[in-house]
Amino acid sequence: MSRQPQKIVVVGNGMVGHHFVDEMAKHAGYEITVLSAEDRLAYDRVHLSEYFSGKTADDLAMTTPAYYNEIGVKFFTNAKVTDIDKAAKIVTTETGDTFAYDKLVMATGSYPFVPPIPGKERDHCLVYRTIQDLEDIQASAKAGKVGVVVGGGLLGLEAANALKELGLQTHVVEFAPQLMGVQLDKDGGALLRSMIEGIGVQVHTQKATNEIVDGETCVHRMNFADGTHLETDVILFSAGIRPYDNLAREFDLAVGERGGIVVDNNCKTSDKNIYAIGECALWNNFIFGLVAPGYTMAKVTADNIIGGEQQFTGADMSTKLKLMGMDVGSIGDAHGRTQGCKSYVYSNQPDQIYKKIVVSANGKELIGAVLVGDTSEYDTLLQYALNGIELPENPDGLILPTSGEKPTLGVDALPNTATICSCLNVTKGDIIAAIDCGAVDVGEVKSSTKAGTGCGGCAALLKKVTDHELEKRGVEINTDLCEHFAYSRVELFHIVKAEQIKTFDVLIEKHGSGLGCEICKPAAASILASVWNDYILKADHVSLQDTNDVFLGNMQKDGTYSVVPRMPGGEVTPDKLIVIGEVAKEYKLYTKVTGGQRIDLFGARVDQLPAIWKRLIDAGMETGHAYGKSLRTVKSCVGSTWCRYGQQDSMAMAIFLEDRYKGLRSPHKIKFAVSGCTRECAEAQSKDIGIIATENGWNLYVSGNGGMKPRHGDLFATDLDDETLVKYIDRYLMFYVRTADRLTRTSVWLENLAGGLAYMEKIVKDDHLGINAELEKQMQNVVDTYQCEWKTTIESTEQLKRFRQFVNSDTVDGNIEFVTERDQIRPAQGDEKKYGVQIQAVDLTLA
Amino acid sequence: MTTENTWQTICPTSDLIKNSGVCAILANQEQVALFQVGDDTIYAVANFDPFGKANVLYRGLIGETKGDVYVASPLLKQRFVLNTGACLDDGTLAIKTYQTRITDGKLEIFG
Ligand SMILES: Cc1cc2nc3c(=O)[nH]c(=O)nc-3n(C[C@H](O)[C@H](O)[C@H](O)COP(=O)(O)OP(=O)(O)OC[C@H]3O[C@@H](n4cnc5c(N)ncnc54)[C@H](O)[C@@H]3O)c2cc1C
Repeated sequence: MSRQPQKIVVVGNGMVGHHFVDEMAKHAGYEITVLSAEDRLAYDRVHLSEYFSGKTADDLAMTTPAYYNEIGVKFFTNAKVTDIDKAAKIVTTETGDTFAYDKLVMATGSYPFVPPIPGKERDHCLVYRTIQDLEDIQASAKAGKVGVVVGGGLLGLEAANALKELGLQTHVVEFAPQLMGVQLDKDGGALLRSMIEGIGVQVHTQKATNEIVDGETCVHRMNFADGTHLETDVILFSAGIRPYDNLAREFDLAVGERGGIVVDNNCKTSDKNIYAIGECALWNNFIFGLVAPGYTMAKVTADNIIGGEQQFTGADMSTKLKLMGMDVGSIGDAHGRTQGCKSYVYSNQPDQIYKKIVVSANGKELIGAVLVGDTSEYDTLLQYALNGIELPENPDGLILPTSGEKPTLGVDALPNTATICSCLNVTKGDIIAAIDCGAVDVGEVKSSTKAGTGCGGCAALLKKVTDHELEKRGVEINTDLCEHFAYSRVELFHIVKAEQIKTFDVLIEKHGSGLGCEICKPAAASILASVWNDYILKADHVSLQDTNDVFLGNMQKDGTYSVVPRMPGGEVTPDKLIVIGEVAKEYKLYTKVTGGQRIDLFGARVDQLPAIWKRLIDAGMETGHAYGKSLRTVKSCVGSTWCRYGQQDSMAMAIFLEDRYKGLRSPHKIKFAVSGCTRECAEAQSKDIGIIATENGWNLYVSGNGGMKPRHGDLFATDLDDETLVKYIDRYLMFYVRTADRLTRTSVWLENLAGGLAYMEKIVKDDHLGINAELEKQMQNVVDTYQCEWKTTIESTEQLKRFRQFVNSDTVDGNIEFVTERDQIRPAQGDEKKYGVQIQAVDLTLA
Repeated sequence: MTTENTWQTICPTSDLIKNSGVCAILANQEQVALFQVGDDTIYAVANFDPFGKANVLYRGLIGETKGDVYVASPLLKQRFVLNTGACLDDGTLAIKTYQTRITDGKLEIFG
């Protein structure tokens, strides 16, 4: 007998509501329905401001209808719940639709508080919470010159930054005497203020707004209680948040005195079938305005519904963030309000740094900290505070600048309960468990624990803990390429360049041992090709290459090869298309259009390759390097040449780039795309190098990936002209070619690169390492010495000799057999094979 | 039908490729992968890859581990020691090996 699935209805699809769905969907036997008041599904509010730096609503999305369909979750957008019948267990939406539930989860979040100031309803008076708000702000900013944010807290300053980036002359108006009063003490707040004013945002503290009226030079005039006034075109209210608890009030769930749906440690409200999680929930008389505690509540609730006993026991509210380019951190009792506590302060005005730590009365524990201008000690301090680790004798050493090594906390000192990743709530113990289950590097620890996949702030600590634990188990963190070279690929690259080494034999003789293997030979071949760009099948190199490179085609499962002519940007003339068709027909090749906008021909025997390629080259085509660790394709849309939305000629740019970088040998394959507008038809953000046309030029995205581990490219630079775009790509790619490990795509490379994206920006944009001229020169050399490998090959009788199956016969390999399927060939399998002599291997278990 | 094994002349030694492979076909249609390692060592093993089930071993890369010279299959990279045929990645399997000799600059295989 099968049980009726329990009906779970979730009200609100914000970050926490979505997290709950994800947790709940892991368990079978529940029917989950999501009701979202917004016109879209959950998106990343934490990174909302990135909407102004080029991220689209799609980028911010945390889920998609397709994903919910896939995991069997029903969902409705524009479905605001207006009625709860607790007795009948039914909710009703604004549109009158009803939904029965067994368990109801309220995840309605909160809304911005707008102080009751006369005039607050005027046009261009807005808030900062949803994607819709941002669209409204963008529209209002277009028409104005001046913007004011009411509220100088964390969110207010983030909003101020947005106004500034939209080109408005920006002011922050704060009621209290200082900025970020919740997180910072007076001196920290003062430093932050001077830094913010230093970048041109005017700060007005101790200002109460009496009314908003018509302005003289701007749209509005704000009249303050002290008699002063300020004229502005746009006003953003960011004066705190209020929980969406209206449903709870109306339908008799307990709410707190100052709002919030009261919940217990199980996240249950006063009705046993209703839970509340996230920013609408009031736990222990406290509302958590951060996403991580909400995630924990989501997990606890899902666990409770399936009968588990997890409890929510509060959360740490420490924060570290970058505000308008300035580092700010706050831990625990930042204000030093604990009885008997003492503090240590370090202040450096010239460099604009302020640090304070608050220690317990007995001087043994760290209970709070404020960091402004430099948050490099944040991780260490947080671990001290969270785990009650005993402080060193002179705790001020933790924040004082030293000439030598900083006294960072050894990861060994952390207890197993120490939280390493607070977004996903992963402890040191969880990491150890992952390693015990076989994880052997940070990547694997990440994928099994999900640590570091939230805000990413714990990356350095995560790596330290992982490496330390691995070392303890005697796992050597070995970066040797293989048993023949005690160097990493990067080190070998430098050796080849520095010593001008041109062959593998010299390299292994001078710097390695033995004969080499299938790991170091292709790696060396790739390095030699990147540095010298010789013909890869020169006598010295041929024995180093993987079969794909030796025969200039991708070997398929039956030993035949694919033939892929280059089709820059996916553009092809009818004449060339006809030749491809004729060749495919004559040699009976299986024909398929690829995702990279070109045509693959499959099933060519090694002895047929030269003749096939001769036909293609005679018709003006060239090799597509589909076999190489090198540039594959530059996907594109037609752009402004044909498309009515196109901003730039993406087609011409794609062809130019494909021609420029074709033949570049690299640690792994490289894919590009160029889209003519933000509709992104070429899917550039999933490519190693992605380019999207804007009104003013090109936005450059880097290190995206589709495939096994999809990754959205990072926005690297905006509105570039053609010349700068190419320079940036030259530098970025050449730096990757030089520094990545073998078989590492740009996405993984960037994620593992110390300093990450910010470091790459410094190198590429500011010439931080002083090597840009050299990188460009090296790339230019690759461009200038390009040759079509297939052309060189078919012009050499010596090379052609290698394309015989047999040295002693012209017969063909009888074991290659095809059958017909959907009017084309495919390899025969198993019993379908009729001819061919197969020499069976000796089964040693019978010997 | 079985045929007596004999020495079969295959090709001039100059047709071999140093540190790389070529393939020969014997009278009984068996395919043999031939590798020249360094200046004068020649190995002959079955060309059929028992894992990938295709005649491709001569197109594999030659490698060496702790003194054993092997070929790594170009399909799924299993390694076979060239002088014994033993598979380094699966101790239960070995591929056939052949004797070779050089007569008047020509390579001969016993098979
Ligand atoms: C600009 C900005 C920056 C932030 N930065 C950070 C940060 O750096 N770190 C951090 O931890 N937190 C940050 N936060 C806070 C974080 O976004 C919130 O903690 C988090 O979004 C709370 O999630 P939630 O699901 O509880 O609420 P929400 O994300 O607000 O979602 C609630 C959803 O429920 C819907 N809803 C409400 N009532 C109903 C109803 N009756 N029927 C149906 N649906 C309803 C709402 O429309 C909304 O879509 C930031 C917030 C903002 C606005």
